[in-house]
Amino acid sequence: MVALANKPLFDGPEWNFDLIGRTYEAIEEIGVGEMGLNLYKNQIEVITAEQMLDAYSSIGMPQMYRHWSFGKRFARDEMMYRKGARSLAFEIVINSDPCINYIMEENSMTMQCLVMAHAAMGHNHFFKNNYLFKQWTQADAILEYLAFAKRFVAECEERFGLGPVEAVLDAAHALMNQGVSRTAGARRRFDPKREREREQARRDYEIEIYNELWRTLPNAPPKEEEERTEESRAEQRALLLPEENLLYFLEKNAPKLEGWKRELIRIVRVLAQYFYPQRQTKVMNEGCATFCHYEIMQRLYEKGQVTEGSMLEFAHMHAAVVYQPGFNERHYSGINPYALGYAMMRDIKRICLEPSDEDMHWFPDIAGNQDPLGTLREAWANYRDESFVLQFLSPKVMRDFRLFHIKNDAESPTMRVEAIHDEQGYRNVRRMLARQYDVSTQDPDIQVTDADLAGSRRLVLTHFVRDGILLDKEECDRTLMHVARLWGYRVRLVEQDAGTGRKIREHETLPLP
Amino acid sequence: MNIVDRRLNPKSKSLGNRQRFVRRAKADIREAVKDALKKRKVTEVEGSEKISIRSKSVREPSFNHGRDGGVRDYVLPGNQDYKAGDQIPKPQGGGGGGRGGKASADGSGEDDFVFTLSKDEFLDLFFEDLKLPNLVKNRLKDLKNPLPQRAGFTSDGPPAKLARIRTLRRSLARRIALKRPKTEEVTALEEEIARHESEVPRNEALIAELKARLEKLQRMRKTIAYVDPIDLQYNRTERVPRPTTQAVMFCMMDASASMTENLKDLAKRFFMLLHVFLSRHYKEVHVVFIRHTSTAAEVDEDTFFRGVETGGTVISTALEEMDRIVKERYSPADWNIYAAQASDGDNIPDDMGHCIDLVENALLPASQYFAYIEVSEHSGPGETIVWHGYSEIARRHKHFAMRQVTNPGEIFPVFHDLFSSPAGA
Repeated sequence: MVALANKPLFDGPEWNFDLIGRTYEAIEEIGVGEMGLNLYKNQIEVITAEQMLDAYSSIGMPQMYRHWSFGKRFARDEMMYRKGARSLAFEIVINSDPCINYIMEENSMTMQCLVMAHAAMGHNHFFKNNYLFKQWTQADAILEYLAFAKRFVAECEERFGLGPVEAVLDAAHALMNQGVSRTAGARRRFDPKREREREQARRDYEIEIYNELWRTLPNAPPKEEEERTEESRAEQRALLLPEENLLYFLEKNAPKLEGWKRELIRIVRVLAQYFYPQRQTKVMNEGCATFCHYEIMQRLYEKGQVTEGSMLEFAHMHAAVVYQPGFNERHYSGINPYALGYAMMRDIKRICLEPSDEDMHWFPDIAGNQDPLGTLREAWANYRDESFVLQFLSPKVMRDFRLFHIKNDAESPTMRVEAIHDEQGYRNVRRMLARQYDVSTQDPDIQVTDADLAGSRRLVLTHFVRDGILLDKEECDRTLMHVARLWGYRVRLVEQDAGTGRKIREHETLPLP
Repeated sequence: MNIVDRRLNPKSKSLGNRQRFVRRAKADIREAVKDALKKRKVTEVEGSEKISIRSKSVREPSFNHGRDGGVRDYVLPGNQDYKAGDQIPKPQGGGGGGRGGKASADGSGEDDFVFTLSKDEFLDLFFEDLKLPNLVKNRLKDLKNPLPQRAGFTSDGPPAKLARIRTLRRSLARRIALKRPKTEEVTALEEEIARHESEVPRNEALIAELKARLEKLQRMRKTIAYVDPIDLQYNRTERVPRPTTQAVMFCMMDASASMTENLKDLAKRFFMLLHVFLSRHYKEVHVVFIRHTSTAAEVDEDTFFRGVETGGTVISTALEEMDRIVKERYSPADWNIYAAQASDGDNIPDDMGHCIDLVENALLPASQYFAYIEVSEHSGPGETIVWHGYSEIARRHKHFAMRQVTNPGEIFPVFHDLFSSPAGA
């Protein structure tokens, strides 16, 4: 091969901008040219460790509005970092167009190379092509929206004081996980540019029509239960209840929120929605990036563009990234998404190229199709963690990970091993693992089910309890306080069994005066 | 592809967030700061502090699944010898979910939140709301921060400081005094000449005379300038030193044999706190350290805090020393004088009368505030000689305060009590 005669791009740990530029080109040649990745334009930004800590505390975004919780996160991260308990990430990549990659100045050249292959190729491709990101996020608008959010929050702080702004943001943050719309609908498509204008208009209108007098009207006496039901049913229809997106509901319907407070809620909601795809695709996103960096590094080595020394350094890092401790080992903290994603994608490649009989049986449509990258690109584009695991987790990976499924019933004195990595257990293990990655079943299912706008103005939330798992009482009460603060009146949360509809527990709270 | 070097961008982007966080957790942090003080060594008062707060105010609640109850499924890696259908005993102590990872990884663990306060943040919180009472006498001395101030006008200066109105006023006066012809006069004359020239029988003599007058006027206008250099006036500024409030604090400590190491440590802690407080909040405060046994001497900071010396106890020696230094260096007319005295309350009985006399007649009239700290091993206002004697003074004078300290934990409250803004005044 002629390629073997290539001179290595770099030798030794030192890096400079020119070297990074040339290395990036070599990486892109492989990523785009050979692997067929489809990328946003990359922007690589070199930052220091301190700036990396800064970026951490603002959820990795280049700019963020100010809030004490970010300061808290920063204080904790800084502490961990200084103690040496935790090292920093080598990179942060932002789902934006152009795709911003932060790399740290402390990294060696091999690390920079690895990081570019990982983030600028893998994550970038995933952001641009995965259906969830396409559907829910607008990469070209997010930076602009963040700038708007930051400015808006700062303006509010100036006009209304730190305290009131903080109170609204606290409350909205508490509901962030309930602030996403899970079912796609055209009406909820995140388009900050258009929505912002609409928002502004609505805000102005509300400010115009707001009349202090309405607040002084005495409350009507509560109506009889029967009489109300008919009316409330009509009301429910008008409010489009039930509504799973609590932040959306509060933003649109909370009776006495000022316009700027609605806008603040909206900012938090938009961010929650923006990050929601990332929560659903941890395994795939990291798997894709890890798979890409591995393939690219191998190819660079084959072409003689990186030295053996670099490959050893790379192999060491890579092994650490995809390490999966067993459940009873000290370092165990759940299934490592890098490890699982990478293993599954390597396995898809193997199934496409050298399928075993078992694979022919399990994956008849892709086994031996000799197009691993096409198959992977297809998977990256059209799946999320839950469906990806359900579709592609092969018996071999289950055996390699030695996955097993246990059931823990609070009523029973012991836990039961339901299935292990054997012929009888594969399907069960795979189904349960997929469920474990389904964010919508991991988050409690809480919906707005009733809101009495005419009478007592009580808001009713319902937690549809699955498998008898109730909410953490203390956390729930605190969070309800936040809901009440936004709603402005009494809030009740009913926990009822999703199957039988039986009421299990009730929480109720009033807003503090 | 684009490479950007962001390393030179401003750091600490999250400073604003941190300030908001500290503000939010202030009450809790202050508690922690007080706790921290108890544990510190005397020499460590100044310095950053690792703070652990058990804080309700920085909690971020959300709707979470509880940790127990219900039926839960887990898929775990690393099976060794389990077979389908095996029963596993539940892990001890946990509600059952502990092992599953997910459930226990989220949720709390926030109850104890540890982080490091910077030295500045620490001291700010530490001394919040404290100040020296009755700080009133100002005098121009120890001049710091001279500020520019307007100081009349001058005939010389940069063009930017030209005082236009004043310059023109002077120009006008000069022009009137020297009878500089006005423009209107000249135009009127010119018009008159023109009128006479256009008359049919021209009065040549008159015209010649008028022309001569016009020429004279024009010459005068040329020689007498509209604005002459001598008219120019400039604003003058002077750098005027700002008067600063000056104060002196006398720290008097009993170093006699009756003071045990423990008591000395208590007293030193108090003075250390006082010293840090003063040097942090008042740039112009002088501190005089006086240490006494049966004799008293002014010592430097280091000897005061670290020196070892024992002997008998004659408190009046320290008071005399203070009186001497006040007379010598700190005239009560110019200085705000403060005194803090610490002792175990032991004194030679026949010295007490002299002490009271000194304090009441010499020192208190000169001082803004006099604080007496009695350190003792036992709580309850011990009927020591000094306490008994000073109680009399405290009853008669509002700016004399006395407190008792029995353990390090009380130092901050007592200190706070003595120097909190409205109380001492």
